Amino acid sequence: MEAAIVFLPLLGAIIAGFFGKVLRDLGAQVITCLFIVIAAILSWIVFFRVTGSGSSETITLFTWVASGDFVFDWALRIDSLTAVMLIVVTTVSAVVHIYSIGYMHHDPAVPRFFAYLSFFTFAMLTLVTADNLVQMFFGWEGVGVASYLLIGFWFHKPSACAAAIKAFLVNRVGDFGFALGIFAMFVLTGSVQLDVIFDAMPSLTETTLVFLGMEFDAITVVALLLFMGAMGKSAQLGLHTWLPDAMEGPTPVSALIHAATMVTAGVFMVCRLSPVFEYSETALMVVTIVGASTAFFAATIGLTQTDIKRVIAYSTCSQLGYMFFAAGVSAYPAAMFHLTTHAFFKALLFLGAGSVIHAMSDEQDMRRMGGLAKMIPLTYAFMWIGSLALMGFGIPGTHIGFAGFHSKDIVLEAAYGAHTWFGQYAFWLGIIAAFMTAFYSGRLLFMTFHGDPRCDEKTFAHVHESPAVMWAPLVILVLGSLFAGAFFYGGFVGHDMSTFWGNSILILDEHKALENAHHSPFWVKSAPLVVGLIGLGLSYLIYCKSPATAPRIAERLGGIYRFSLNKWYFDELYDAIFVKPAFALGRMFWKKGDQGTIDHFGPDGISGATVKVSKGASLLQTGYVYHYAFAMLIGVVAFVSWYVFAG
Amino acid sequence: MFEGFGWLSITTFLPLVGAIFILVLIKGEEEDVARNARWAALFTSLATFAASLIVFAGFDGSTADFQLVEKIAWIPGFNINYEMGVDGISIWFVLLSTLLTPLCILASWEAIKKRVREYMIAFLVLETMMVGMFCALDIVVFYIFFEGVLIPMFLIIGVWGGARRIYAAFKFFLYTLLGSVLMLVAILVMYWQVGATSIEDLMAFGFDPQLQTWLWLAFFASFAVKVPMWPVHTWLPDAHVEAPTAGSVILAGVLLKMGGYGFLRFSLPMFPEASAFFAPLVFWMSVIAVVYTSLVALVQQDMKKLIAYSSIAHMGFVTAAIFSVNEQAISGSVIQMLSHGLVSGALFLCVGVIYDRMHTREIERYGGLVERMPKYALIFMLMTMASVGLPGTSGFVGEFLILVGAYQESTWLAAGLATGMILGAAYMLYLYRRVVFGKLTKEDLMSIKDMNMREIAIFAPLIILVLWMGIYPSTFLDPIEVSVQKVVADYQTALAAGAPGVVDVASAAFGWAK
Repeated sequence: MEAAIVFLPLLGAIIAGFFGKVLRDLGAQVITCLFIVIAAILSWIVFFRVTGSGSSETITLFTWVASGDFVFDWALRIDSLTAVMLIVVTTVSAVVHIYSIGYMHHDPAVPRFFAYLSFFTFAMLTLVTADNLVQMFFGWEGVGVASYLLIGFWFHKPSACAAAIKAFLVNRVGDFGFALGIFAMFVLTGSVQLDVIFDAMPSLTETTLVFLGMEFDAITVVALLLFMGAMGKSAQLGLHTWLPDAMEGPTPVSALIHAATMVTAGVFMVCRLSPVFEYSETALMVVTIVGASTAFFAATIGLTQTDIKRVIAYSTCSQLGYMFFAAGVSAYPAAMFHLTTHAFFKALLFLGAGSVIHAMSDEQDMRRMGGLAKMIPLTYAFMWIGSLALMGFGIPGTHIGFAGFHSKDIVLEAAYGAHTWFGQYAFWLGIIAAFMTAFYSGRLLFMTFHGDPRCDEKTFAHVHESPAVMWAPLVILVLGSLFAGAFFYGGFVGHDMSTFWGNSILILDEHKALENAHHSPFWVKSAPLVVGLIGLGLSYLIYCKSPATAPRIAERLGGIYRFSLNKWYFDELYDAIFVKPAFALGRMFWKKGDQGTIDHFGPDGISGATVKVSKGASLLQTGYVYHYAFAMLIGVVAFVSWYVFAG
Repeated sequence: MFEGFGWLSITTFLPLVGAIFILVLIKGEEEDVARNARWAALFTSLATFAASLIVFAGFDGSTADFQLVEKIAWIPGFNINYEMGVDGISIWFVLLSTLLTPLCILASWEAIKKRVREYMIAFLVLETMMVGMFCALDIVVFYIFFEGVLIPMFLIIGVWGGARRIYAAFKFFLYTLLGSVLMLVAILVMYWQVGATSIEDLMAFGFDPQLQTWLWLAFFASFAVKVPMWPVHTWLPDAHVEAPTAGSVILAGVLLKMGGYGFLRFSLPMFPEASAFFAPLVFWMSVIAVVYTSLVALVQQDMKKLIAYSSIAHMGFVTAAIFSVNEQAISGSVIQMLSHGLVSGALFLCVGVIYDRMHTREIERYGGLVERMPKYALIFMLMTMASVGLPGTSGFVGEFLILVGAYQESTWLAAGLATGMILGAAYMLYLYRRVVFGKLTKEDLMSIKDMNMREIAIFAPLIILVLWMGIYPSTFLDPIEVSVQKVVADYQTALAAGAPGVVDVASAAFGWAK
């Protein structure tokens, strides 16, 4: 059954990819969707079985590589952590597959699109079921390729091609660290199998290792190198630049890959490796700081973007930051909880945005929307539900609230409960980010759905509600956004936590953030709601009540506004310090190095001299073999004479 | 079980027999000659491949000894024998050579129009030389094959090459000449020391460390040019650009491996102390090669040049791994060489497919091919991904083993090489984007045709092997395991027995810290 979950999507991808012409659009859609839905149903069965008892098992398929001690298999490791990811991945994937039938209706390459989607699902499933670091790396890079192919799905758009390459390369930078982390882990523990690694960790706390000439705490080095991979995949500060550009891909792709599943792989990795990270306070601190900084930083950019998808993309980036700082304070279950609820409401937001874009004849700029609420009421309602879940609305002290209310609050409370300075840092930045989240979510809703229509008449006349194939699957996400928080609370972070997770997550006794979270003071519990209400109210005043104030405020803010609008100038910076110098160096090495120096003094110089000596005789055209044999002969003669006279 | 039967010699000389057959018997109208020569060459090369499979079937992967050994006295007065045999290090290279040759002949089916008969003869002679080179167990026999490879290659570039073929062939010649002369000198010195030319005797002899240094350098000069290592690499881009497609495939697929094979067969076992001493130098050259040539590849406008530069970068991984001398690194270097043989061969074939249609290799002249050539786009994508070392393809297994081996030697080395993971993705995806993606706007591309059955048949075995090696590499790792272990163990024994401190001195001198 577990194998079926992983390989059905692959089978679907192969069938749709290679027999798309025979099957036509409909055949490819039916087969891939059917397979994914079956995989999703099986995943839920596995989920309830595994999390009910906290059991864990590993199914070994066959050996992948065996070279000396460097041995690892293709295997499926099924425990609670995997089971959570299985339901998230397959459920959102199934929804997205079905939604895409409607969304991609007009596209000429439907089978290819579905093949890519299913291939992505397969790669993601191998990632979450990995029982060793290298298989995780396989899935890791596999989803990277799927993401590359899907971002560049509309290959005739130069911007899409550029974004696809950018995504792959930035992720490769992260993977550079990931790979080195795997090697370091192998040298440290003699294995890349997770079980062996986890067993070895407690005895390695005092060990150091030499990395790039310096001596460090071994576990810290390994954890941070692996975390570099997580930063790339999960678009954390510094390696985030690819995510907003990835919105060039079709919207269902953004929902599945760049919101709900692939980008959360980094969070999953840190949680999966909790038995490693737990033994390095430094690594945990770095994870917390990076996560908190990203949560804040991405939210500031989200405030000013005008492309509806980019607002949600930065929001994703910011929410991933929340998950990371939760993991960083050892509240892994809280991180996974937020990951799960976020998958539902963020996929809902993206697919809702997709419906808006679909209705608006592919318009993505919110400045040219407005007044859509009455035209597409269902989408409007869905977007409100998704946004409220994202803002985390609920009644503090009770279990009444949207999905994000439960997960976001436990994340913030855990940060507060960590009782460390970086926990406090994360908590306060998280609160500020929560304010901004509410503001930009409100801004998105008001700009898109309220006020007067700002698009041209032709587009406005064409605005229509999506067909049932697009809105019906969203109902699942709506239910998730409404109830997933309350439903999962007990198991993920509540009373049944220890049975639920079994041995899949390790939290050392001295890390009490999650425990303390349940006893945090009332002001901590209610702060997210208060700042959220202020943020939403403010956005209502500015964008709904008197839309004319927005440009005035922007003008008043000047530099700060432009800094946010231009995404803190990261792209410009990287272009100046990486991209341009790489091309310049390449050109220099080629023209000045290869041609100007090596060839000039080497073969060209010698051949020039030869030509002069032989006075341009026919040597160049006929004499190779002869000349060559002759030269060998000279060599022999020279050597023999040396031997005779010197020896 | 085939001992004395001579399957290695049959595999080696069958192509030569075919070549003589074509030379002597195929005559008549030009058209008929071309057709018959093609078929005869294809048939011969397929028969050779079958013979090599018999060799493989008789190969026992559980021993590190040389197998299928044949030994015939050749020049008894000088104790020089015709001696052939294979072990885990060489067996795959024999199969790589015999596999790529029929593919090359198929790839030249329509591309080569003039002097078809001579072209086919050149290819078959080339095959004999390549296979013989990997099988030779006597250093004189090895040298003859090793140098003999160059003659048909010169001719293939010089006669059937592009516009600047004379320049390219001449450059190729000058570089290799330098190395060959020095290697010949070294061989003679070794002969006078040992009194025998059998490779096994030479391995067992144990040269004086002082002498090793000079011998190592002489062999290095020859092998480094072949690999090619930075800074003696500049012949390769020119040779590739001017060579016909099939010439490039063999050049990248097999000829570059002669250098790596030479390091494994001669430098490490015969000159262990010198190898340890010079390892840091090799590391520097390898890391520079990876970074330097990757950056150069990024700015190329000619597809073949770009892939040629990428070959240098990939071979940089191999040389670094060989001199890291541990099991993962050496296994990785062999797998990487095999993988590179398949992948770069396939990439050159990819260039050939569109070159045959458009007669240009300028990247600028293409764009949007995916619209007209979906099959081509898929195969090119797969090979691009194998080239960047995507897990699940052969490129990953080689690269990853190399990196894990290099990491054990020096973290600097591993980090330096690993930048190739990023840069490699940059130039390959940038190439793919410019050629295959984008809008199809260029007038002359509007009617370009997708790959035909013959072309797909050429790629099919390469695709299967690339995926096989990526998903289940045990098939390829198991037969070489014992031989690799022996190389590593012998090397360490020799170092342990020799003067301590040599390696540390070298590390200090060249600055490769852990």
